[in-house]
Amino acid sequence: MAKEILQIKDLRVLFPIRSGFWNRITDYVRAVDGINFSIEEGETYGLIGESGSGKSTTGKAIVGVQKATSGQIIYKGLDVTQARNRKKLGYNKDVQMIFQDSMSSLNPRKRIEDIIAEPIRNFEDLTTDEERQRVQELLDIVGMPSDSIYKFPHEFSGGQRQRIGVARAVATNPKLIVADEPTSALDLSVQAQVLNFMKHIQQEYNISYLFISHDLGVVKHMSENIAIMHRGRLVEVGTKDEIYKHPMHIYTKRLLSAIPKVDVEHRDENKRRREEVEAEFQHDQKKWYDKDGRVFPLQQLSPTHWVALPKKEVQAQLKEEK
Amino acid sequence: MWKTVLRRFLIMIPQLIILSMLVFLLAKMMPGDPFTGMINPNSDAKEIARLRQVYGLNDHWWVQYCRWVGNMFHGDLGQSYIQHVPVASLIWDRAVNTFWLSLLTVLLTYAIAIPMGITAGRHQDEWQDQAIQVFNYITFAVPGFVFYILGIWLFSFTLGWFPISGSVSASASGFWGVLGSRLYHMILPAILYALITTTTIVQYLRTGIVDNKVEDYVRTARSKGVPENVVFNKHILRNSVLPIVAFLGNTITGLLSGSMIIESVFSYPGMGKLFLDSISQRDYTTLTALILLFGILTLLGNLISDILLSIVDPRIRVK
Amino acid sequence: MDRQKDVLLDIQHLHTGYRLGGKFYDAADDINLTLKKDEILAIVGESGCGKSTIAASIIGLYDHKNTKVTGDILYNELNLVGLNENLFDKIRGNNIGMIFQDPLSSLNPLMRVGDQVAETLYYHTDMNEEQRHARVIELFNQVGMPKPEETYAMYPHELSGGLRQRVVIAIAIACKPEIIIADEPTTALDVTIQAQILDLLEDIQRQSHSGIILITHDLGVVAETADEVAVMYAGQIVEKADVKTIFEHPLHPYTRSLLNSMPQADDEDAADLHVIQGTVPSLKNMPRTGDRFAARIPWIPASAHEAEPVMHEVEPNHFVRCTCYKEFHFKNEEGVQA
Repeated sequence: MAKEILQIKDLRVLFPIRSGFWNRITDYVRAVDGINFSIEEGETYGLIGESGSGKSTTGKAIVGVQKATSGQIIYKGLDVTQARNRKKLGYNKDVQMIFQDSMSSLNPRKRIEDIIAEPIRNFEDLTTDEERQRVQELLDIVGMPSDSIYKFPHEFSGGQRQRIGVARAVATNPKLIVADEPTSALDLSVQAQVLNFMKHIQQEYNISYLFISHDLGVVKHMSENIAIMHRGRLVEVGTKDEIYKHPMHIYTKRLLSAIPKVDVEHRDENKRRREEVEAEFQHDQKKWYDKDGRVFPLQQLSPTHWVALPKKEVQAQLKEEK
Repeated sequence: MWKTVLRRFLIMIPQLIILSMLVFLLAKMMPGDPFTGMINPNSDAKEIARLRQVYGLNDHWWVQYCRWVGNMFHGDLGQSYIQHVPVASLIWDRAVNTFWLSLLTVLLTYAIAIPMGITAGRHQDEWQDQAIQVFNYITFAVPGFVFYILGIWLFSFTLGWFPISGSVSASASGFWGVLGSRLYHMILPAILYALITTTTIVQYLRTGIVDNKVEDYVRTARSKGVPENVVFNKHILRNSVLPIVAFLGNTITGLLSGSMIIESVFSYPGMGKLFLDSISQRDYTTLTALILLFGILTLLGNLISDILLSIVDPRIRVK
Repeated sequence: MDRQKDVLLDIQHLHTGYRLGGKFYDAADDINLTLKKDEILAIVGESGCGKSTIAASIIGLYDHKNTKVTGDILYNELNLVGLNENLFDKIRGNNIGMIFQDPLSSLNPLMRVGDQVAETLYYHTDMNEEQRHARVIELFNQVGMPKPEETYAMYPHELSGGLRQRVVIAIAIACKPEIIIADEPTTALDVTIQAQILDLLEDIQRQSHSGIILITHDLGVVAETADEVAVMYAGQIVEKADVKTIFEHPLHPYTRSLLNSMPQADDEDAADLHVIQGTVPSLKNMPRTGDRFAARIPWIPASAHEAEPVMHEVEPNHFVRCTCYKEFHFKNEEGVQA
């Protein structure tokens, strides 16, 4: 069994809602409402969710740009929600992030050289020559021509900018990269390029990814283990096969049935299937969510497969499947 | 809605307390006091000291502060050291003058700025727009007093169309006579002042129109078959006016601070001139009262802006 | 002749050029398309291929100073190219409805959503205010709005993305247009919402027998909804056929490459995705002679391409540009090198 690089334990991120005359906190938006998972060394862990599910907040909490309200993020045995521990472990160097919008995440007034060198300057003490050599290597890795270093972000296409984003993220030899919708803004053929790069870099440098996306096709292509997030909680966790072939939670089924399929022959069947699932989902909300409309705690089905349903519901589902 | 307004008023209380303390302490920290000027080889040092004692200038600052605040609640802003009249009535007379000048200026500002902004935005990069931009650069770059003096020289001195100074002619009589004379005295400073203040509003409006013109919802309106002039007036313009509404409160308070220069140049007896005079004469009571008044007006101006904005923009409307 | 009768829109030799530094560059280059009644015609391609340009040209919404449109867009014997703006205003919203990509920015933030729908009715019908209100409620019901009456008085920011898009659709179908143009209608939405909106579009079309032009970059969306498909690359249509043929028997190298670069939820192997070499040329640098896709498949000999590629009807109703498809094959195990 591979070594775990990061463990998320009961992570919560709550945003207060203020209301009333005195603007007091009356409730919380439970953006992330107690989630647990762990990422293994060198693997890509897929985190799927729709907008507002809390997937991006989870990613931000892991890289430390969003403060966790409670819970732990364990890295090398220490809780890195504490700034002290982050510093001690060099966590900020080991964990990097790739963003969705490559245009707004690269400083338009800086040259590519400075953009990529920035994390190196923050964490390493290199001479100008060494630094330039390192930047060239990085550009080489992501397949960008060496004269790119003198250019500005706007001189590149979306796919190239996203590759620059990847180069910046790998500049510090990180152990884990949190990729938040890295290809959502890209065209299909460009997306293919970026995804291929990410895979190659992973194999070469043994990097782990937390791959956050709403696109089930892309996540399936990239990840071995997948978690489905909904209303701030995980509704289903499992291997790729378990999630895609034996989904247990209605929400997972609903997501899977909603993906447009390139299967013209069966499109009427697919639509009927989708409508069935949707009807089932709408029909009995009490079955899938607790009385406050929140997702149930996870139940274990197999060593790797977990689903957020009450015990008796799980048994009923399993019986049905047999 | 009224809850938010009330809350904003409540928040203003601590703001006002802090403001008044600062104003009071700053005035105290300035060198000299109203009696410094009276000291000359013939003055009786004992008499000065006695006056200081009578006027309470030897008390602790917080005693003086409390007395000042307490009197203020009774409408007593103190006695002007220099003019020996109650500050309240002194300010009141001047405030009326400034109010009329400001009102006329605001009206003229919007009357000039809105058509200019619309023209510039609508004819972006065409000659109309470029001409307005040039005008804007000039009014923005030329210091107010230079502009005013040039105006006086040209319209009052050379052409003799307007009076050079004052607020109402001494010979005017009757309601209409006084009103006419007042307007006659105000019109040149108001126009000149308005031209200077248009810059920001024209820019805001122009940028708003230019930005909104290409917004998706404008395209939607066009795709509905809405005629172009309606698209402009109903969709583009309404959205472009938001920043100006937000700026309205600032405009009003800005006029007050700007009134110092214009009133001095035109020797117009308003609050701005009173303010400058009381600084040079070290008339503490008048000065502190004026600063406090300006402060309150600024806070009120911001409040008015926020309320207006929440009325016109549903996105920040409060439940 | 029957076929001819059902034609709603006939686009012939459409050229739409944008002015860049004093010269016009065609973003849509010699487009020939027909839209029939009861048909969903999908125009698919990557960003910058010219698909949205076609939509803008049909509905006449482009910057008239910096755009040059030539050719014919025939709608009921009326040529929409160069049509008088006053006349066009009577057609827009009435005969042609339009749905846009981003439902939040497509709605006026300062207007109640109901009023925004009613505005269309105001300009194209004789209804009085009450009738308009009733019609808006009816439309909100039709597009599946949960609480039509309450929604009428709401502002765009108070609605979710899916509901906003329903408002936009209600605007588009308010006057029962014969033609609906949907420009990336689901791109800004979540998958589950996307499925609902696409189903809604299909329902509307079935009821009203209108023709829909669906502009999208998403091949999955095309496969699920379209009847006819036009694939665009660099301003030109490169392949045109019914939806089944496009997905099961694609011929043009670009169509085949695009399909291959798609990661699919039901594909098994996790091998590298197919990458199309090089990048899409910018409008200014688009090759204007020869096969525009040739530079991206350099391993295919130049002799395979036509000097001036034209559309060939390789089987009934299946058109492919250039003859290079005959010699096209994927570069073996072409992986990362781009």
